[in-house]
Amino acid sequence: MTAVLTKSTAHSIVEASPRAKAVAGGLVILYAVITILPLLWIVATAFKSQSDAIAYPPKVIFQPTLEGYVNLFTVRTRQTPDFIAKLPPPETWYDKLVRQRDMVIAGPSKVVPRFVNSLIIGFGSTFLAVFLGTLAAYAFSRFRIPLADDLLFFILSTRMMPPVAVAIPIYLMYRQLNLTDTRLGMILLYTAVNVSLAVWLLKGFIDEIPREYEEAALVDGYTRLQALRKVVLPQAVTGIAATAIFCLIFSWNEYAFAVLLTSGEAQTMPPFIPFIIGEGGQDWPAVAAATTLFVVPIVLFTVLLRKHLLRGITFGAVRK
Amino acid sequence: MTTIFQPDHATIAGVSEPAKSRATRRVRGLSDRTIAWLFVAPTIGLLLAINIFPLIWMIRLSFTSLNLSMSYLPLRFVGLDNFTDILGDEDIWFRLQTTAQFVIWSVTLQVIIGFGLALLINRQFRGHSFWTTIILLPMMLSPAVVGNFWTLLLQPQIGPFNYLISLFTGVPPSSFSMTGQVSLAPWTIVLVDTWMWAPYVMLICLAGLRSIPDYIYEAAEVDRASAWRQFWSITLPMTVPFLMLAVLFRAIENFKMFDMVNLLTSGGPGSTTELVSITLKRAAFEKWRTGYSSALAIILFVTVFGAANIYVKALNKVKQR
Repeated sequence: MTAVLTKSTAHSIVEASPRAKAVAGGLVILYAVITILPLLWIVATAFKSQSDAIAYPPKVIFQPTLEGYVNLFTVRTRQTPDFIAKLPPPETWYDKLVRQRDMVIAGPSKVVPRFVNSLIIGFGSTFLAVFLGTLAAYAFSRFRIPLADDLLFFILSTRMMPPVAVAIPIYLMYRQLNLTDTRLGMILLYTAVNVSLAVWLLKGFIDEIPREYEEAALVDGYTRLQALRKVVLPQAVTGIAATAIFCLIFSWNEYAFAVLLTSGEAQTMPPFIPFIIGEGGQDWPAVAAATTLFVVPIVLFTVLLRKHLLRGITFGAVRK
Repeated sequence: MTTIFQPDHATIAGVSEPAKSRATRRVRGLSDRTIAWLFVAPTIGLLLAINIFPLIWMIRLSFTSLNLSMSYLPLRFVGLDNFTDILGDEDIWFRLQTTAQFVIWSVTLQVIIGFGLALLINRQFRGHSFWTTIILLPMMLSPAVVGNFWTLLLQPQIGPFNYLISLFTGVPPSSFSMTGQVSLAPWTIVLVDTWMWAPYVMLICLAGLRSIPDYIYEAAEVDRASAWRQFWSITLPMTVPFLMLAVLFRAIENFKMFDMVNLLTSGGPGSTTELVSITLKRAAFEKWRTGYSSALAIILFVTVFGAANIYVKALNKVKQR
């Protein structure tokens, strides 16, 4: 606020005075630092030992360890020191780390299958949604379709419904079709949710491609489909990629459907992470490690998407 | 080739004048009309199968007393009983009130912080792009994961949040619990939601601010309008459509809020943060009262659908600019 109200007579209001810029910059950086602290705390917690993670008062400086990550990927059993002493020497660094806590590794944890589920369901639904969305968006953009506005509104409105409410009939339907707790069921559901975003976003991107290119191709004897494949799609590649990333992020982050419709086989990461349990409650370093691994791709995507972010979050309504 | 050049250029553009171009088009593959339907049908089909068919099924169930934990009972139609039960239930009205308060407070805070940040970032100081990206991160995260890790941050004993508060206020850190106290929990969900979504409002407002052409401000300078006057007469009115868009979208999303709150407080303590989506989840997936919860879901649908209608109209308004 202060920066806006700073009277600027010597400078044009369009270009803020250096002092106004400095004040604005300072405030924004302060906010950015405060807003990023919770995330940094989680990244740090992943490198804490169990006792450091629940220390009272909370520890800012600590001895970093990979225990959290090891605990995330393994299932361990507690043994007596005598038993551990009799074992052959540890083969790996993580065996050694675990034995320091009087434990032995009993096997891998479920995190890898859950991660794989997230990947399969995420990429599967993204591919389908973008494929269907591109076709529909092209048709809405280039052809006169009866009731086009109503159809587009219908497509958007399906995404407005509260997920818990949608899950009730889906649960019943999937039970009949044996689709509960299957990857296919989740892929279909996420495709249905994502396709609405894909149609709206891609229609915006395709609208921006001048029709003249296709017309020229049609004149040159291309069929519609050839013109679509060889002229429109190459031009729309950036838009399609941005749309795909938005779909992927949605599927990756989705929780409500996942927690209500999956229990094991097809469970994805978001319902799994809060239930990483150690001895006596949540194993915070392991939870933090899972959260960190889960969030890193999102951070990368956010940086990649920076230019198209605005479009994505407003269904293509605001472009820039 | 030469024949194709005969119709004037506009007719080749597409279906706008199909009579002339169709003859030439058909020779070279599927007609435009066929392609249009082939392309749109799969999407509509999928949405009918996954959204509309189940919805119709649910409408039917909302007139029954189906309870999945007693599904051996024959399906009994009870007319509008579920709806009258819900609308006459004080608890439901209380949950709706809780939800409305959550929506109003969180959206208000997000608008204030988001708009403020947008104004500051619009000053184009050095490095603004980098810091903007940092600020945007929270809204890209999974709400469930966010709700989960904030429980750690807000733990009275081991969490850093209470310590930071005590550093500034001197209140002992273990004397209050953000998620466990009736007086604080409703504010906690507002706080975390604002942390997550203020950047959303900021991003949209920023687009609004950047859409204002420089010459308007230059004209105002010539007229010696004060900075205050410029803000109220130019900046604010020209950003309002964008702000409206952000508000409507956030309001709809928060009305449906389930994931973040379910993991942060799971509706507690007591039912102080039990938003209507959480009530619905409990009725449908814990008590298995399918008939009853179908009716509640339909009531929520109608509410959201009404809001969505307004939303799309607002979208179109912004688009026309």
